[in-house]
Amino acid sequence: MIVLLLFLLPLVGGLVSFLVKDGQAARSWALLVSLVTLVLSVAANAWVHAPSQLAFHAEWMGSLGSSFSLRLDGLSQVLTLLTAIAYPLIFLATWRTTYRKPNNFFGLMLLAQAGLMGVFIATDALLFYFFWELALIPVYFLCSGWGGERRIAVTFKFFVYTFAGSVLMLIGLLYLYFQTPDHSFSIASFYALHLPESVQSWLFWILFIAFAVKMPVFPFHTWQPDTYEQSPTATTMVLSGIMVKMGVFGVLRWVWPIFPTAVHVWGDVVMSMAVIGIIYSSVIAIRQDDIKRLVAYSSIAHMGLMVMAIFSENRIGLQGVMMQMFNHGINIIGMWIVVELIERQFGTRRLSELGGIAQKAPGLTILLVIVALANIALPLTNAFVGEFLMFNGIWNALSSYNMIFAAIAGISIILAAVYTLTMIQKVFYGPLNNVTAAAHDLSLVERLALGIIVLLIVIYGVYPQPLLNLANSFVEGLFRTINVANQIK
Amino acid sequence: MMFSSFLTGNRATVRTLAHVLLLAVIVVNVAELRGLTIFHIDTRGMLVFDRFSLLFTLVANLSLLAFFMLSSKDMERVGVNYADYFALMFFVMSGVAIAASFGSLLMLFLGIEIISIPLYILTGSSKRNLKSNEAALKYFLMGSFSTGLMLMGIALVYGATGTFLTGATQIAPGAPPVILVAGMMMLLFSMSFKVSAAPFHFWTPDVYDGAPTVFTSFMATIVKAAGFIAFMRLFDSEFSQLQPQWKMLVAVIAAATLFVGNITAVFQQSVKRMLAYSSISQAGFMMLAVYALNSDAREGLILYAAAYSFATIGIFAVLAKMDDHTFDGFNGFAKREPVIAATLVIFILSLAGIPLTGGFLSKFYMLRATIGGGSLWLAIFAVLMAAVSVYYYFRLIQAMYFREGEGSIAVKPSAPFRYTLVGLAVITIILGIFPNLLTNWLYF
Repeated sequence: MIVLLLFLLPLVGGLVSFLVKDGQAARSWALLVSLVTLVLSVAANAWVHAPSQLAFHAEWMGSLGSSFSLRLDGLSQVLTLLTAIAYPLIFLATWRTTYRKPNNFFGLMLLAQAGLMGVFIATDALLFYFFWELALIPVYFLCSGWGGERRIAVTFKFFVYTFAGSVLMLIGLLYLYFQTPDHSFSIASFYALHLPESVQSWLFWILFIAFAVKMPVFPFHTWQPDTYEQSPTATTMVLSGIMVKMGVFGVLRWVWPIFPTAVHVWGDVVMSMAVIGIIYSSVIAIRQDDIKRLVAYSSIAHMGLMVMAIFSENRIGLQGVMMQMFNHGINIIGMWIVVELIERQFGTRRLSELGGIAQKAPGLTILLVIVALANIALPLTNAFVGEFLMFNGIWNALSSYNMIFAAIAGISIILAAVYTLTMIQKVFYGPLNNVTAAAHDLSLVERLALGIIVLLIVIYGVYPQPLLNLANSFVEGLFRTINVANQIK
Repeated sequence: MMFSSFLTGNRATVRTLAHVLLLAVIVVNVAELRGLTIFHIDTRGMLVFDRFSLLFTLVANLSLLAFFMLSSKDMERVGVNYADYFALMFFVMSGVAIAASFGSLLMLFLGIEIISIPLYILTGSSKRNLKSNEAALKYFLMGSFSTGLMLMGIALVYGATGTFLTGATQIAPGAPPVILVAGMMMLLFSMSFKVSAAPFHFWTPDVYDGAPTVFTSFMATIVKAAGFIAFMRLFDSEFSQLQPQWKMLVAVIAAATLFVGNITAVFQQSVKRMLAYSSISQAGFMMLAVYALNSDAREGLILYAAAYSFATIGIFAVLAKMDDHTFDGFNGFAKREPVIAATLVIFILSLAGIPLTGGFLSKFYMLRATIGGGSLWLAIFAVLMAAVSVYYYFRLIQAMYFREGEGSIAVKPSAPFRYTLVGLAVITIILGIFPNLLTNWLYF
């Protein structure tokens, strides 16, 4: 029941938000709904353990073999928790940003949250596809309606790119449906399939392309920097913090357990794509002048590392991925908050035009530096735990090139330090210029939002055990499913 | 209906009469579905009113009702013979009923002709408009030619099997007689013409563009769906045993239709022509049902007919009220008419195949039928073309919501117009979440 509410609450809240007339009331309503969702999500993770509460099943389209079934397990818990935490933070951080037609804006944001929640908890393939597309539509309207100058063409490219990947995924899911003996879309039937390797290979690629576009993995990443740049920053936070995790989630939930042989066979290829993407995007990030594009390219690098850790196929790497999904979500939202604050105050995002903000806004600087250090994965930050586990996994990978991959990926840490510290130095240190002379420090709400993020960074950097516990049960279950599949071959 | 124009010059009365008569037809249709027959005519197996045909006829009548409710006022602007237009549409509907339930090839021919001839008249009904006259002549000439082809095909099939009744053919094992295959090919080509499948689609954009917009709406939806039902019925009952002969050809035709329809639609500047090409691409999807010929295909075709008709009738109804038919005419539409723009978004999402709408589920049924029917490459090609279609459908959304413009609406939409549009949009979404509401009628 609770799991159903996780999806229904943002949905209803979003629909109601369209009807609210006053802008400030719409904003408060959105914050309220997201806070209640957060409480529900924390309850579902920490307090409620009855299986009847954590799963939901209803008949939907029996003739098609599809049912409305939801379930909350370890992986879903991490990601729904991320979504539930991220949204109030996003709303708080953008409290003082003005949007035209705010009731529509917040309604669409909440609808996107409903879609995202649904993706993470669906255990029926057709329902999963429904939610996958449903998360996309509000984001399309958000970016097109409230974005930057080139938003229409850019969002269009984003939509068509993602849609093409999704419909390929639909074909893959349909084919899997036809292979199941009882002709159903439920995930249990899919897991029970044991397909020959040749079939697994092309099905793996069809499904993986959809998730590769989402994450994005080189070479399917070309939509991302433009889209992140042109979207309103609140939507970029949703896109970068949560939606990219849809791709990782898809691989973990819908690709690996069903095609373990194909994952093993094509692991090297995917890891090569990922490692090229990491180095490539990190180098481009160093050359960026626009802060938004810089953070966008850095996000590609982080996601590339996660992909590599998944395809290294060992427990430690996988635990690292699960931790990092949560951590990266929090950290990158912190970075975007800073971008938003800078853009709102100074009207420019260019590194060349900013400087010396630390002298006028010490609070912002301190919080940002901590978030940036988390971006670099310095020890004592949550990202360090995640990345350490992931590198451990890549180093111990089953592939024969594991050391090369690990070494090249390790370079990305250095590159991350380069572009992040350069950004800090150019924006916050150095002399004040006429643009930044009138800088002022954070207001209370922004301080609250960034403060919570910094708190999470430090706490999970020092004491990551709760997250590891969440990750562990899922990892064990996943490896059990994969081993069963591997043995029956 | 036809003679009502003599009795009253008042257009409102004519309109009301049309609505009332259509409602009577719908009531009778539902009664037949439930099992109550008003009277019984022995057609000696030439007309078979099974659930499939009755359900489709109901869907077609409901679409016509939606069409009347939305566009009957706009038909006044076409010409003076107001009551005749309604009468012609009723004639077409009787042809639809025959074509959906034929048990004999003669009935198929009769149904197709009864559908086509009033359409020739409707296409040319805007007498002072040169494009309308050209469209009517084009349609008439090419349509007659294809009907001739159909008759030849029917004659050849009769020569091979000895009967006009479909479903009675017993094909001897071994290679089927050449006469039979030739006749089947001719029937395939002539039916493909009627439903505007490539490469027989060349008449469609000019005819749809030249006809008055209200009649294009009628032609592109109900008539095309009826054509497909007849197509499916023909190949299911008559030629299902000849599948190796025609299956590959139908697959190629479907793929070509999808390709031509979608790629050409991308380049259109006029919304009306874009919708004409979009109807060709939707026809490509419906061809998948003819390719697969399983129960999925049957259910899916009816769902597709319903979802596609409602969505397209809605969009055309709004288009009929605009004077500028290009995309720029829709600039800034959302600010001027927010409710109508929102319903148009739902119709467009349905045509593009976004989940939660009836259009997605109907495409899904088609894909399921295709993969179940054995062809994976066709399904992959179909979805890639669907991704292409997103481009031109979303151009309309972009024009409405994200561009500034001062385009005008020639005729102000009234409140009942808005309510009907909202009702259609709600039905589209309901069909997208609970398709059982429609498909279960096939079985109970």
